[in-house]
Order: sequence, then structure tokens, then C-alpha cells
Amino acid sequence: MGYSETQSQLAMRPLNDLRPGDRARLTRVGGERGFRRRLMEMGFLPGTEVRLVRSVGIGDLIELEVRGAHISLRRSEAQALYLEPPR
Amino acid sequence: MSSAPAGPRADRRARVAIAGNPNTGKTTIFNRLTGAHQKVGNYAGVTVEIHEGRLQLQKSGAIDLIDVPGTYSLSARSREEELAIQAIAGLEPFKSPDLVVVVADATQLSRNLYFVLQVLELGLPCVIALNMTDMLAERGLEVDARALEGELGVRVVECSAVSGKGLPELLGAIDASLAAAGTHVPRRHTALESAELAEDVLAVAATVPLVWSRGSLERKRALALWALLSLEEHDELADVPPPMRACVRERREQAAAAGRTIDAEIIQARYAWIDSHLERFLKEAANKPKSRTERIDALLLNPVAGFGIFLLLMGIVFQSLFTWASPMMGGIESVFDALADWMRGALPAGLGREFLTEGLIAGVGSVLVFLPQILMLFLFIGLMEDTGYMARAAFLMDRVMRSIGLSGRAFVPMISGYACAVPAILATRTMERQRDRTLTMLVIPLMSCSARLPVYALIIGALFPPSAVFGFVPVQGLLMVGMYLFSTLMALVAAAVLSRTLFKAKTPPLILELPPYRMPHWPSVLRMMWQRSRAFLQQAGGVILACTVILWVLLHFPRDEARDSSFETQRTALVAKGESHSELDAREAAENMRHSFGGEVGHAIEPAIAPLGFDWKIGIGLVGAFAAREVFVTTLGVVYGAGGDVDEESATLRSKIKAESRADGKPVYTPLVGLSLMIFFALACQCMSTLAAVKRETQSWKWPVFLFAYMGVLAWVASFVVYQGGRWLGFA
Repeated sequence: MGYSETQSQLAMRPLNDLRPGDRARLTRVGGERGFRRRLMEMGFLPGTEVRLVRSVGIGDLIELEVRGAHISLRRSEAQALYLEPPR
Repeated sequence: MSSAPAGPRADRRARVAIAGNPNTGKTTIFNRLTGAHQKVGNYAGVTVEIHEGRLQLQKSGAIDLIDVPGTYSLSARSREEELAIQAIAGLEPFKSPDLVVVVADATQLSRNLYFVLQVLELGLPCVIALNMTDMLAERGLEVDARALEGELGVRVVECSAVSGKGLPELLGAIDASLAAAGTHVPRRHTALESAELAEDVLAVAATVPLVWSRGSLERKRALALWALLSLEEHDELADVPPPMRACVRERREQAAAAGRTIDAEIIQARYAWIDSHLERFLKEAANKPKSRTERIDALLLNPVAGFGIFLLLMGIVFQSLFTWASPMMGGIESVFDALADWMRGALPAGLGREFLTEGLIAGVGSVLVFLPQILMLFLFIGLMEDTGYMARAAFLMDRVMRSIGLSGRAFVPMISGYACAVPAILATRTMERQRDRTLTMLVIPLMSCSARLPVYALIIGALFPPSAVFGFVPVQGLLMVGMYLFSTLMALVAAAVLSRTLFKAKTPPLILELPPYRMPHWPSVLRMMWQRSRAFLQQAGGVILACTVILWVLLHFPRDEARDSSFETQRTALVAKGESHSELDAREAAENMRHSFGGEVGHAIEPAIAPLGFDWKIGIGLVGAFAAREVFVTTLGVVYGAGGDVDEESATLRSKIKAESRADGKPVYTPLVGLSLMIFFALACQCMSTLAAVKRETQSWKWPVFLFAYMGVLAWVASFVVYQGGRWLGFA
């Protein structure tokens, strides 16, 4: 359970590296408290698989599928989310 | 471990809160269970409408069902969510519920279970309504409700909000659980991972007041856990005792210093239970079909096509608010005209008759005339919300709205302002943050509403030639379009300025769920349309009516007996000669208005409006326009002796306006004065009902006063610049 900052820093890639259709597991959910807490409560936890549904929207929104739900975030704010490196 | 009996006592009805994540069909289930037996709950300081309904159950008797706002968890990100927490946990001004019905979306079980676990931790008797089980198959899922029931230790009832299937069973489960509530023993599901967290919980638990815990250790622990996760420095939970806040702050600081994140520990503990149990009641098919929603979104969220479709839809909404509603509005107007005519024939002449026909009936008519547009607007909003399109609109507009300091959700309320600011202000309730709501309410009245249209039409028709520029673009049409563009631009500028000054705040990060598309549930959409429209009639209607009556008095009093009898003598003379006295009547009305309180106000404000090119007669019109902007037209009709029975198309009124001259013989109305007047109407907040709506929605006088002041200053300055600038440039 949990994760250590130092160990995850070594091999992390930002969520924004994902291409549409790609899946990967989350390693770290950052950002300000309310944002991070709400994302975690929606099931964005280390180890959870996410799929990038769409990234070319109007402006800078991306759409993710997490635990069967479709959630849209701003690309700039999604920078606080990190993924496991590709195997 | 002991549990205080939370069951219904004999002296009162049991309270059942119906709660759940947004988009789970919660409100549809509430509507189906309560039918027409609903009212808006009355809670001090609560601006969000909480609907309540009464039900009769076999064993438990009459119960109150409360429709709690949708929330993802018991940690709030919006005012609506905070209310949900207060209603579920039984914090002021809400009483603790005897039972919570959690509506859970079976297609997104793990996230919905997170909320279920939070409610269960509070030790409240609970029934799970497992909705949308009929949609599992197409998603390649299968759920075992009995296994879920066994794991959770509470009744789980499969149902469908849309078809109504399973709802009788749900009622039976509510009844049985209420009857057994006295013996309810809460069960703990999540284990706290670390000893440190257990210590934090213990420390905070000691500060939980007795009225909250009601002597239950389990509830104390749950509330401590909730406080550690959910309390913020700036939340609006005024009920939380300061020692509890202090303890939470201290514990969180200690944890942060030790490199722990309490939020993550608590949330992960709950999800650990969910993830380890999920496969016992949820079976996933090997190949999941690509969802229909995703295929639709490929088009509707496409940067080009999706945006085009959105603008087209908004165009249809906008157009229909104008053209489709206008026959109905005309119908309502003619009904009230006929009623006034009938009353004129049936009652003896005099002040009483005038008051009834021109004051009261005209007043009620001026409220009801907005109803078609309001119904239509809320029908569209309801359809957008119920089908899931509203979230897409927010998705598409996020970037644009963010550039002026607003969220994507502000877009629909803002364009609703083209119809009428009052329903548009009510439509801001879909927004998450109070700051965004208030800011949106303050710029909506700048959008050119339909009540300004008759004023523009009168001025443009009377003062601008029906010729064309470049040989084909009609001047009058161009001006009309120009006024709309101008008002839109001013609203955007005002939002940009206010969001960077008075409402300076960091844009909160966006977490926007895109729910699956579904067919609208018409009974719910129509009920919502009616509930919101009725709220308008009740709240704004009374104010508009009162103002119309007060303004009627202002414009007709004080009376002068000498003047009255002089006109009466002349009238008798005309009648004796068998000639028409309608011109005399119009002159009398004009005389009366000039000497009324309103006329005095017109004179009094003349020095202030003279630099804008307006005289005191226009001043009377501006006073009259406070009841509603379109009243400007009829007030001018009376002032200029064209009679009160005129509209913006009236040739008499138009020619009177053109003929009106100042003391030096120059015309009062030049195109430049007309432009200045239109700009003034575009920007000034001459609308009592708008101010009343803002007062009601913000629960304070501060914002309506501010709104009135800033729009008034803006209008004056803009008109001044246009009129004086125009004169300086050599326009008459």
C-alpha cells in the first residue's frame, strides 16, 4: 500500500505521454488537496488502470476512462498524474 | 460497542434521505416514489432547492423522503455537495435521517461502493438501490446482488429508475429496514492500515461532540475519519466545533511532517476493501463491446464537427426562445388585454377601474408573459442535463469560458440571458462554485434580454431610415444586430474584468464526468421544467407584480382636483357637441403623468441625464422602465399623449417622438440621442425582477446593490461617451 516519492520518481512518466486508446497503471496522483482527494475518491489510485479516450478536444481537455467512468481533465492539471513506465 | 437507537419515534415521521453519486438516476427514483407529493424543503440559509416528498408505508406509516443533492463522496467540492453531507450526517440545519437509501449505478460499481462505505461507516441504517442493472449486459458485466448484500450486511435491491422495475421491492426494503432500525448494528468494513492513522482517528474522535456521536463509539470513529479527510480551512461547515477543527489540523500537520498523507491512507483503505471484494459480486465478460456513448462522443466532442453541432443546437435554442415562444406570448398578452377590455366595459369609470385594468391586470400579465420563454428554456436545460449533453457542453466551452474567468458550465446560463435574465440566473444552480455562480449572475443581466427588444424596435423604427448601406444591408437590421453584439461583448468584458479584480481566484482544477448518453426520462424533465418555472413565478412574480403596482401609483398620483374638473368640463362640452374626446383623454393622461411623483422624479433626474441627451420626459420613461424595460414604450406613449395603449410598432407614437422638440425648437430625438438611449438600455439594470432573483440566489443584499450600481455607472458612462463624443465629431 502507498508509494514512496523517491522510488517512483525514478521510473515515472506523466499521464500526458499517453496516446488515445493507450492503457497504463497510475503510480502517483498529485495536485492540490481537493483535486487529488476527489480524484482518489473517484478511484484514481496508484495501481489503477486508466485509458486515454481522447486528447484532441477543444482547448486542452483530455478524456480518461477509469473504473468504467469517463472523466475529463485539463491537460495542464493532468500533469500531476503519473503512470508506470511502459513494459 | 453500542449503538443508539436511530429508529423512528412514535411522535414524528421517519426521515429517509435518498443519496448517491451524480448521474445515478437518484432523482428519477425519488420522483417515481413520491409522484406529485413533493415540496421544496425549507432550511435556513440553504439556497439549493432540496425536494421532499411524503410516502405511506405499510409498517412504518407516513415517512418523509428527502432528495439529497448528488455527491461523489462526503468530502465536498461544491456547495451542493456540502449540503449533501449535512443532510446525510444530520448536521444543522438538517435532522439526522433514520435511513439512507443509497442509489448506486451498477455499471460503475466500485466508485459507487466507495460512497456506500462512507455512509455505512456513519452507522446509519441503509438500503442500496442498485440502479441500471438492465444496462450491465451491454457493457459485458454481470452483478450478483445477493453476494453484495451478504458482504455489505444491508439490503440491496436491484431496480431500474427508467422503467420503474424493482421499485415496489425497494419500498418494501425501506419499510422493513425502518421497522428494524432500532436493532440496527453497524458493521465495519474497512480496516485502517497503519497504527499511526488509528491514533489520529482516536485523537479526533475524542473531540466529536455528543450530539453528533449520540453515544455511539462507532459513529464517533466514523465522524473522526470523515473530519480528517474532509475538513478544510475554508469550508462552509459552520457547525463543526473549533476544538475538532484544531485537532484535525494538528494531526494532519504532524502526519505531513512524518511524510504521511492521511487523505491517501483513508481513501486507499476503502478501495482496498472494494478491490478485494469486487470480484465476488461483479463478473466481467471477456470481450467488452465498445460503448455506444464513446461512438457518439467521437462526433459530438470532435473539435470541428462537435463544436459546429453545439453551436447549431444553441442557435436552435436561441431562435426558439424568440420565435416559437412569441405566438404564446402574444396569446397571453391578448388574453390579458381582453380581460382589461371586459373590465372597462363592466366597471364604472374611475380610479378603481384604472388601477384594476392598467395596474393590476397589466402587472399580472407582465409576469405571465415571460412564462413561455421560461418553460422553454428549462425544457432545453432539462433535456441537456437528462441526456448527458450538458457535461459535453461544459467540455466544449471550458477553454473559451476560462479565458474570461468562468467555467464551461456558465455558458448555458449566459446565453439564456438573451431570453430573460431571471430564468438565466436560476439556471446558474448547475454550477459548482458559489464564486462562479455569483460572477455569472452579475454578468447575465448585460446580455440583451427580450424585454429590450421593443425599446430597440421603437427607437430604431422611429429615428433611423429604412435605407441600406452598400446597397443591400438594411441600416435598421444592422443596428439591431449591432446592439446584440455590443451587449454580448460588454458581458464578456465585464466577466473578464470582474474575474480579475473582485472575483480574483485561482481557477479550480476541472474534474468533469462525461456520463453515458441515455434517452431522456420525460416525466422527470417535465417535472423539473415545471418546478423551476414555478419557482420563478413565486419568487420573481411577486416582486414584479408589486413593482408594477407601485409604479402605477407613482405615475398616477398625486391627483389635482382643479385639473380633473377642468378636463371633465371640456369632456362634457365635447360629448354635448357629439365629438370624440379620445384626444382630450390622451392629453389628460399626459398632464396627469407630468405632474405625478414619477414626473417629479423625471424632472429631478434631468440634470443627471441631460449630458446623455435625455430630457425629463425620457426620464419618466426610465422610471417606468424599472417595472420591466418594455414598460418604457407604454410610459412614453402616455407622456407624449399617444395614449397608454401603444406598442413599439405604433405609428402615432413614432411620429410623436419624431415631432418632439426642445425649448429652442430643435428635435429632442436625433439618431445620436436614439443611439445613446439604446446603449443606456443595453447596459443599465432597469429590472426589479433581476435584482430580486439575485437577492434570492445570493441570500444577500450586497450583490443586487452592486449589480445595480455597476451596471448603472457603466450605462451612464457609455451613453455619455457616445452622446458627447458624437456631438464632438459633429453629429447632431
